[in-house]
Amino acid sequence: MIQIENLSVQAGDFRIQNVSLTVPSGKYGVLMGKTGSGKTTILETVLGLRSVSLGKIVLGEQDVTTMNPAVRGIGYVPQDGALFSSMSVRDHLDFALMIRKTPQSTCQQRVEELAELLGIEHLLDRKPRGLSGGERQRVALGRALSFQPRVLCLDEPLSALDDDTRIRMCELLSDVQKKTGTTTLHVTHNRDEAERLADYLFRIEDGQIQQVRPES
Amino acid sequence: MSSTPPTSEGSGSSPESPTEGHAASPGREPSASQIGVSNAIFYALFVVMGGTYVVLIVGMLVADAAYMTEKTFDGITSEGRSILSAISHNPITTALADKRIQHSIWLSLISCTMSAVISVMIAIPMGYLISRHEFRGKRLLDAVLDIPIVLPPLVIGLSLLILFQFPPFRWIARDVVYQVPSVVLAQFSVACAFAVRTMKATFDHINPRCEDVAVTLGCSRAQAFGWVLLPEAERGILTAFTLAWARSLGEFGPLLIFSGATRMKTEVLSTSVFLEMNVGDIEAAVAVSFIMVMAAVVVLILTRMIGSDHHAIQ
Repeated sequence: MIQIENLSVQAGDFRIQNVSLTVPSGKYGVLMGKTGSGKTTILETVLGLRSVSLGKIVLGEQDVTTMNPAVRGIGYVPQDGALFSSMSVRDHLDFALMIRKTPQSTCQQRVEELAELLGIEHLLDRKPRGLSGGERQRVALGRALSFQPRVLCLDEPLSALDDDTRIRMCELLSDVQKKTGTTTLHVTHNRDEAERLADYLFRIEDGQIQQVRPES
Repeated sequence: MSSTPPTSEGSGSSPESPTEGHAASPGREPSASQIGVSNAIFYALFVVMGGTYVVLIVGMLVADAAYMTEKTFDGITSEGRSILSAISHNPITTALADKRIQHSIWLSLISCTMSAVISVMIAIPMGYLISRHEFRGKRLLDAVLDIPIVLPPLVIGLSLLILFQFPPFRWIARDVVYQVPSVVLAQFSVACAFAVRTMKATFDHINPRCEDVAVTLGCSRAQAFGWVLLPEAERGILTAFTLAWARSLGEFGPLLIFSGATRMKTEVLSTSVFLEMNVGDIEAAVAVSFIMVMAAVVVLILTRMIGSDHHAIQ
């Protein structure tokens, strides 16, 4: 479960006040809003990259409001992928496990599993340079899922893709989310993408979050 | 240089007549030929103005080379040797054969490398802190870091000398001032400022999202820095090293005051040029200068090569 309760955040001159939303366990939540509506700020607050002025963030049963982002257990896919240019695709999928000092054999197994799930087996030894937009986002998604996070946060993951790739990636996202059952919060400005993916759809407008689907 | 001005479209053709019935046009329409001429003048002017500097740089180096060639052949004609002897008997080989110059070359290579390594080691944390964090007094710190760049070199040397009058520095002054360590310290004092600027710019250009992702994956700040940021900054580190090395090689003012110009002891290449000029041996001075030019060129080429290789692998 992802629960945001009466959250207020100050980001420079920008301010979000008293917003709430809940995505139940195992569901796909989409937060839709225009550029500058504050949706990315909310996502970054959930991740722990911004500090909360007021309110509460609960993941599962745990209040994570003041926890360090490293221990929140959230998989994060940023807009541009933000791949590590000096690492191979394999290293990306391996990275979180290496930090956790997971045994080599388990790592290898997990990497193969993820590569198959995302259809990037053939890319494992490539560096990010030269990967297509869709491939980059698959790698970023694999990296985020590698340590089996309890929550997945996606920040406009498909906005840099062409229409065909976007539709295929939507199918992949939906498929992967169902297979892994990871509670997801996906931020986008694209209505079509939101409609395709959302179990729970929220719209942010003028600093207010409104639940669109299912109607409350 | 390949800055050919783009040819303007339709230059020379007559200006199009304004469309009939067009509401009172606000003044004259721009004519294609006028814009074409203007563009040509614009680029010609910029190429000439910018090119002047390039001509000056290349001219200086060519003049050095020409001067030495002339001296080499002067030697041949006056001593009646064969043309081929120019390879073994020229101002550079004469300079290289000199024990004092040999010492000066070694000290230069070692001190510049040490000062560049220390500069980079300081510049990486400093650049990181300034680039990634907001804190009180950041602007002041930024200004302080510019001091070595804007201060007259002699003043830096003098200030170092005065600093070593006071404890705790005074306690080690005997082993530093006018000794070899002072050479490295004087070079480092200026070179590090350039390395810090380079590292800050490098970190500024690396997407902070990458570290954010690393942190969400379970990294501490140190792990995110070591595993993600540092590998991305490799080229910048190399540039900072080269810049610091080249600055150190050219350092002279602070050295003269803080290290002295003792032959076979604190003499580096720039000191050699000064000492040779002082005794009126312009030939040797130019020869040593030329050795420095070549060293700088080699370092530049090496780092460019390593830099681009690394890029190709990605």
